[in-house]
Amino acid sequence: MTAGTLLSGQVTAGGLGLAASGAWTAEHARTLEPLVEHATRTDATVQRIIIDVTRIERLDTYGAWLIERTLRVWTSRGCDTRIVGLSDSYGNLFKKVRAGAGKLTPLPRRSNSITATLESVGRTMSAVFADIMLFSQMAGALVIAFLRVVAHPTKFRLTSMVNHLERVGWHAVPIILLITFLIGSILAQQGIFHFRTFGADIYVVDMVGVLVLREVGVLIVCIMVAGRSGSAYTAELGSMKMREEVDALRTMGFDPVEVLILPRIFALIITVPILTFLGSMAALYGGGIVAWLYGGIDPQVFLARLHESISVKSFAVGMIKAPFMAIVIGLVACVEGLQVKGSAESLGAKTTDSVVKSIFLVIVLDGAFAIFFASIGV
Amino acid sequence: MAIGRPDAVIKVQDLVVELDTRRVLNGVKLDLLRGEILGFVGASGAGKSVLTRTIIGLLPKREGLIEVLGVDLDKADDRAKQAIDRRWGVLFQQGALFSSLTAGKNVEFPIREYLGLSAKLTTEMAISKLEMVGLKPDVYRNFPSELSGGMIKRVALARALALDPEILFLDEPTSGLDPISAGEFDQLILTLQETLGVSIFMVTHDLDSLHRTCDRIAVLGDGKIIEAGTMDQMLASNHPWLKSYFHGARAHDDWHVEVKG
Repeated sequence: MTAGTLLSGQVTAGGLGLAASGAWTAEHARTLEPLVEHATRTDATVQRIIIDVTRIERLDTYGAWLIERTLRVWTSRGCDTRIVGLSDSYGNLFKKVRAGAGKLTPLPRRSNSITATLESVGRTMSAVFADIMLFSQMAGALVIAFLRVVAHPTKFRLTSMVNHLERVGWHAVPIILLITFLIGSILAQQGIFHFRTFGADIYVVDMVGVLVLREVGVLIVCIMVAGRSGSAYTAELGSMKMREEVDALRTMGFDPVEVLILPRIFALIITVPILTFLGSMAALYGGGIVAWLYGGIDPQVFLARLHESISVKSFAVGMIKAPFMAIVIGLVACVEGLQVKGSAESLGAKTTDSVVKSIFLVIVLDGAFAIFFASIGV
Repeated sequence: MAIGRPDAVIKVQDLVVELDTRRVLNGVKLDLLRGEILGFVGASGAGKSVLTRTIIGLLPKREGLIEVLGVDLDKADDRAKQAIDRRWGVLFQQGALFSSLTAGKNVEFPIREYLGLSAKLTTEMAISKLEMVGLKPDVYRNFPSELSGGMIKRVALARALALDPEILFLDEPTSGLDPISAGEFDQLILTLQETLGVSIFMVTHDLDSLHRTCDRIAVLGDGKIIEAGTMDQMLASNHPWLKSYFHGARAHDDWHVEVKG
C-alpha cells in the first residue's frame, strides 16, 4: 500500500493549519502516532486549528481516531477546531468515531494497603463462615433425605448406588493397593535403616503395624478417594448444575439431595472402609516383604511380632474413622458441585476447591480422632 | 479500492471437502463481492460451517481453489497467510472470547500483537471499537463471564473489527438473541458496512436478518450452491427447498407483497 504519511503544520495568522495526506490506516498507525503527538505540543499563541484532510488517500478507524484525538486535545485547550476536505464516504466514519467518549470512567481510588489487607482477611473469614453454613445445610438436607428413605425404603436409588460403588470402589482397588503397598514398603525400609543403628530392627514391625492400622492406611486411602472420586463427584454434579439438570429434577418434584447425593455418599460410606481394609493389608504386606528382603526379618518372625504388638483395638481405631472420613469427602464434593455457576471456569475452580477442602478436612478430622482416642485411652 | 467496483474479495471454485470420507461439499462455487453483505443459508448439517471453516483455513480441502483478496491460499507462504489473517475478522457463534482476559483486553489482543502501538493508543482504539458496536466504555473492565449473551456477541464483533478488516465472517450472529437485540445487531452490521466498507459473509438462519441486511443470498444444498441472488430472486425461485424455506411458517407476508409489487 501507499508509503508512510505526513502531518505538516504551517502557522498562519492567528491559527495553525495542518495537512494530512497518504494512508491513515491501521498498518501505518505506529508511524502516525508520534506525528499526531508532535502536532499537539502546546503553542499558547494558537487560537484556531484547521486540519486539511483532502489529500488523505485511505482512512480507517485508526486514522480517524488519531485525527479526532488531535482535535479533542486542542478543543480542550479552548481552540476553534475544524476539518476541511472531508469526503462523504469518510464523513460517516468520522461521525462514528466522534460519537464515542473514548475513555474509561476512572476507577474509585484504591484504599491504602493496610485497609486492603484487612478487607481481604475479612472477606476470607466470611467465605469460611459461608462454607461452614453450606456444609451444615447439606448435612441437614442429607439427614432429612436419609430419614425419608428409611420411612419409604423403595425411594432409595439402589441402581445408582451400585453404579457409584463400582466406580468409586471396584475401579479404585488396583491403584489403592499399589499406593498403600508402596507406602508400607517405604515405612518399613526407613524404619529398618534408622532402627538398625540402635540394634532395634525388630521394633520396625511394631511401628509399621501401629502406624499403618491406626493412621496411614485410612489417611492414604481417604486422600486417594478425595482426589479420585471426590473430584469426579464435584465435576459430575457441577456439569449437571451447569446444564440445569438439577433444576429440571427439582421442577419435576424430586429432591436432588435424595436422587443425586444420597446414593453417592452411601457408596462412599460403604467403599472407604473396604478400601481402608484392603489398603492396610497391602501396606502390611509391603512392610513385611521389605522387612524380609531388606531387613532380614523372617516372615514368620514378622507375623509373630505383629501378633504381639498390635491388638484388634489398633485395627478398630483405623476402621472406625473410615466412614466418617467418607461422609466428609462426599459432603464437600457434593456441596462444591452444587456451587458451580454457569461457566466452565467455575467448574474447574470448584473441582480444585473440592479436592483441597476435603483433603484438609480429612486431616483435621484425623487429628480430632487422635485427640479423642488419646483421651479415652485407646 | 473505490467502493462500488464489483470485484470479488473471496473467490471459491469447485471446492470439495471431505470429513472422514464423507463428501460434505462437492464443487462449491461462490464469490463474495467487495462491500456486499452475503447471507449464507442451508439446512442444518448441509455444510455451512464446513464451508466457512474451510475458507478461513480451519479445515483442509480436497480439491478446488480458494482465493482471498487476490491471494490463492494454497500457494501463499506463512507470511502471506498471516497477512491475510490480519485483513479478515471472524465472529464465532458463541463469541469465542478468551475467558481469562477482560472484554477490553480481548479487543486489544490483536491490536497489541500486530500493530505495536503505544499502550495509550491501544486502549483508546479498543474503547473506540467497543463504543462502535454499541457498548459502554466501562464494559472494557468486565470479564466475559460477567456479560450477557448479546454483549458477548458485541464484544466478539468488536474484536473481529479490531484491525479494521476488509472481510468479516459472521457465524449466526443473531442466534440466541432476543428480537430487539437481533434487530439492533442487524442495524449495527448495516452501519458497519456503510462506514467501514467491509465485505460481510454471514451464515444465518434468521429470515428477518436475511431480509433486512443482505445484498445477496447464497443457498447451500447437496454440497453445492443451489442458488445465489437477491432476496426477491429467492422468493421467486421454484426450487422446492427454497420454497419451503422462504415461504414457510416463519416467513412474513409483507415479503410476498414486495415480490408482487
